[in-house]
Amino acid sequence: MAGLNKVVTSYEEAMAGLSDNMTIMVGGFGLCGIPEGLIAQMVSMGTKGLTAISNNAGVDDFGLGLLLKHRQIETMIASYVGENATFEKQMLSGELNVILTPQGTLAEKIRAGGAGIPAFFTATGFGTPIAEGKETREIEGRHYVLEPALTADFALVRAWKSDTMGNLVFRKTAANFNPMMATAGKITVVEAEHIVEPGELDPDHIHTPGIYVNRIIQGVFEKRIEQRTVQAAV
Amino acid sequence: MALTREQMAQRVSQELKDGFYVNLGIGIPTLVANYIPHDIHVMLQSENGLLGMGAFPTEDAIDADLINAGKQTVTAVDGASFFSSAESFAMIRGGHVDLTVLGAFEIDVEGSIASWMIPGKLIKGMGGAMDLVAGADNIIVTMMHADKKGNSKLLPKCELPLTGFGCIKRVLTDLALMEIKDGAFHLVERAPGVSVDEIKQKTAGQLIVPEHVPEMRL
Repeated sequence: MAGLNKVVTSYEEAMAGLSDNMTIMVGGFGLCGIPEGLIAQMVSMGTKGLTAISNNAGVDDFGLGLLLKHRQIETMIASYVGENATFEKQMLSGELNVILTPQGTLAEKIRAGGAGIPAFFTATGFGTPIAEGKETREIEGRHYVLEPALTADFALVRAWKSDTMGNLVFRKTAANFNPMMATAGKITVVEAEHIVEPGELDPDHIHTPGIYVNRIIQGVFEKRIEQRTVQAAV
Repeated sequence: MALTREQMAQRVSQELKDGFYVNLGIGIPTLVANYIPHDIHVMLQSENGLLGMGAFPTEDAIDADLINAGKQTVTAVDGASFFSSAESFAMIRGGHVDLTVLGAFEIDVEGSIASWMIPGKLIKGMGGAMDLVAGADNIIVTMMHADKKGNSKLLPKCELPLTGFGCIKRVLTDLALMEIKDGAFHLVERAPGVSVDEIKQKTAGQLIVPEHVPEMRL
């Protein structure tokens, strides 16, 4: 039974094997649904030359912004990089290599990577700079761009609940890129808000089956909010 | 008078139909949510993984796990669903969203749109905009007709890097509602008190003006 108990008890164990120049996927949309403790662990490890795949790059002092600040990321694959001054500075100076990718294409590249699909055609980006140098094809009168799949050495995922076997449940919009990334890492590490025993999660309600998951760690989250917007209480 | 941002949102809201699933982009499009007629039921899609976006939360209901595509804290309405980014863009790319409203820097007579970068000045990234314009059939672009110096943003050909090629059929500016077809802008309505001459003068791309151009009703 121990073979399928994937819970580790330290962040060192959770990120063991990460080395310079690896490719990582990091779940989250803005600061929502990011694996905070796994990011902090990479900062303390000081791993360099990383290729990071994530929808955004965090903010200057939180999320992936921390890895940028310490110049640990060499290439960033993302769809949106606004609201991060460090990012913009490193990109404009050429210090950081940035591959901007449309959000839906990014999600599908990761989904495809996890599902063993090497590439797919999408209409997204046809006729734009994104399509430059890529194969295109006309199918039934529409134009499509061939987009290769993405995989990573490590996929870092935040889940709401995980059982000890790695069956995952996400919460609200904290799911975002996490479910696809969980499938596309050679090593998928889950930082969970709650770890429960097998059988406690309803199999009908599991978003990500445990087969994709290699390590699970109990996380503690700050859950910082990027744009706090409220209405007056009625 | 040119339309205010709120009036633009109000005009767009007249295009909403009962039963629509709608994606509203950042900026003026977001304001459309404030003008949804009370007698129709629409569901707002937020591409970060929410169908059925509600109002901003009250202070005690803020949830860091519940945000919109502009990263603002929001709520979910009854009947809402949450899903992954891949699922979200399956909806968008697959043409399941009934109406998409988004902003732009420039638009041209071929229906091409530029909205994600100004070389040397600003790079924010395209986010979901490229997928939205490629996937949706029914799109309304909301934008200013001209910049502050009076330079038209409705061009014979976009000068900035494109978000989408030949995919926009309707544009609402602060001055006019136009359709784009057969390589020209076609004037449909003008903002209250705005003359056809002013619209002509601020439209760099070819503009077709019908005999009668009604004023918008707000």
